[in-house]
Amino acid sequence: MVRPLGFLVGLGFITALVLAIFTTPLSNEPNVAHEFHKHPRHLKLASDGVVLPHWDQAQLQRGMQVYREVCSACHSLNHVAFRDIADLGYTEGQIKTFAKGFQVPSINPDTGEPATRDGLPSDYFPSPYANETAARAANNNALPPDLSLITKAREGGKDYVYSLLTGYQNPPANLPAELKPGTGLHYNPYFANLNLAMAPPLKDGQVTFADGKPSTVKQMATDVSAFLVWTAEPKLIKRIQVGYAVFGFLLIFTVLTYLSYRNIWADKKH
Amino acid sequence: MLSVPAIRFRANLNYFWNFGVLAGAALAIQIITGIVLAMHYAANAGVAFNSVEHIMRDVNAGWFIRYAHMNGASMFFIVVYLHIFRGLYYGSYKAPREMVWLLGVVIFLLMMATAFMGYVLPWGQMSFWGAQVITGFFSAIPLVGEPVREWLLGGFVPDNATLNRFFSLHYLLPFVIAGVIILHIWALHIPGSSNPTGIEVKDEQDTVPFHPYYTAKDGFGVGVFLLVFVALTFFSPNLLGHPDNYIPANSLSTPAHIVPEWYFLPFYAILKAFTFNFLWIDAKLWGVIAMFASIALLFFLPWLDSSPVKSSNYRPLYRIFFWILVADVFLLGFCGMQPAEQPYVILSQLGAMYYFAHFLVILPIVSRIERPLPMPNSITEAVLAKHADTSSDATA
Repeated sequence: MVRPLGFLVGLGFITALVLAIFTTPLSNEPNVAHEFHKHPRHLKLASDGVVLPHWDQAQLQRGMQVYREVCSACHSLNHVAFRDIADLGYTEGQIKTFAKGFQVPSINPDTGEPATRDGLPSDYFPSPYANETAARAANNNALPPDLSLITKAREGGKDYVYSLLTGYQNPPANLPAELKPGTGLHYNPYFANLNLAMAPPLKDGQVTFADGKPSTVKQMATDVSAFLVWTAEPKLIKRIQVGYAVFGFLLIFTVLTYLSYRNIWADKKH
Repeated sequence: MLSVPAIRFRANLNYFWNFGVLAGAALAIQIITGIVLAMHYAANAGVAFNSVEHIMRDVNAGWFIRYAHMNGASMFFIVVYLHIFRGLYYGSYKAPREMVWLLGVVIFLLMMATAFMGYVLPWGQMSFWGAQVITGFFSAIPLVGEPVREWLLGGFVPDNATLNRFFSLHYLLPFVIAGVIILHIWALHIPGSSNPTGIEVKDEQDTVPFHPYYTAKDGFGVGVFLLVFVALTFFSPNLLGHPDNYIPANSLSTPAHIVPEWYFLPFYAILKAFTFNFLWIDAKLWGVIAMFASIALLFFLPWLDSSPVKSSNYRPLYRIFFWILVADVFLLGFCGMQPAEQPYVILSQLGAMYYFAHFLVILPIVSRIERPLPMPNSITEAVLAKHADTSSDATA
């Protein structure tokens, strides 16, 4: 009974699929935006790959400076606490001073009224806006995304962030009118729909690096991308280092189990 | 204590017989890492995403536990798919082991439900929209579909009620899986394990004690499994994930491409392949029925294949179709990842067509017309013949 019934059911599905094939157009709707869209350029960082990656602390410090002086005007960094920047090579005293430079929301201990106080190492980077409505109101109804996880939350990761920051340009002459940036939008071929609300955020010489690195747009974009790789996964380097130990241990374990397997089966034909 | 040496196993099992033990190991790892994660995770739509980031950043070795659990799901599916295809190649579903196979399909379905609900828990964009799409399957059912969907979600869209019940069920189902695995092994130990020749055991000579012979072989298998697992977890933990799930769930912003985890892609491609309203059933319902049917038909496999020969080593015709099926599943998986554009639509339509044709049309016919190759009289004879072959090759 199963075989004839199965045969009929199979024929039903196959017929539905044959009809689907003949009724589905073989050509796609042309997607003009695709032609102008560019894939991110590769950004090489010290934290890349699995062969002895490391944090370039000087670069992360520069990147944090770029975030603080430029990006933090609009973008939050909700998952990062001041205490975390010890990874970047800051001492406890430096972290306390750094945190103090921020005002964080609080309440007045006497009246319970909303107030602010100096930041502590246990506080998180405060958001530039009180809430989403305020953020949209200040940004032409666009919402600046939180940057903590941005290098993990976009296809292309750090390459994408770097390419986007350095990829602003004038729209090409042959760009169809419907793809031209509208008011308050800016052309960037690395962005999915080519036009984004964020104005080009970096200009040459915008920040003054303490270590004397020239602050070109490229340099700042590289450094802030490196910083955002760290914010997305502060445990990245530790993860790979622990991985070496675990992999090495298991490799020895596996070789030993293989040898004992061969030894036990030595007298058996199989 | 079970007297392990008393259990005798076929003497000729190849490495493909490791995957049952490996699936058990994967389940154990999932349960252990999952219990630890649940100590730190908060199943509330307002804080779930942040609690996962808290695990990644502030919990001691939390990043390891979370990545191990996330990739453990993929490793579980990898070994289970290999285990299933081993069964398909060597005819492990045939009498007297139908019950073993049926319980295996039940485990597979439970795994799919568990994995889906687990993927919702981090409450990222793919979690939310995956829940939206998958529970949306039910709304394709006429009349009762929409109420059923709302009942499953506890609301009109995935929200806190959904997240809480999924967490509860995600914690429960692995123990149900463990229970069905006990039945699966129990059912296996009545006829005993199958083997690469498909010939049943004739005498003691055909077997070896499970311990130390297969404990040693499985020990080595577990080592290799863990090496792959560890490489994935420590060196490329997000390789099989999707970047959108690092964006917090947002019911007002739909991701450009909603795709499920890799282990659901072939079924997702089958779902999307049906684009035509045929008979009185609309395309969406066809897709949903076909997707469920593509798994449900596995329950009938022992009776769809009437060939008395188990192992494909002796089935020259079936063997060809088996490998086409393997290629077809990879093709469907690839198409499942792609947007609904040509040529991917027609490729998934052709792929889905072969999938159903393979099980429901080709297999019953092949098992009737095929002339199997001559088979050895016993497992021992097969083993000795293999060794005679290799030694004559060596002298030549």
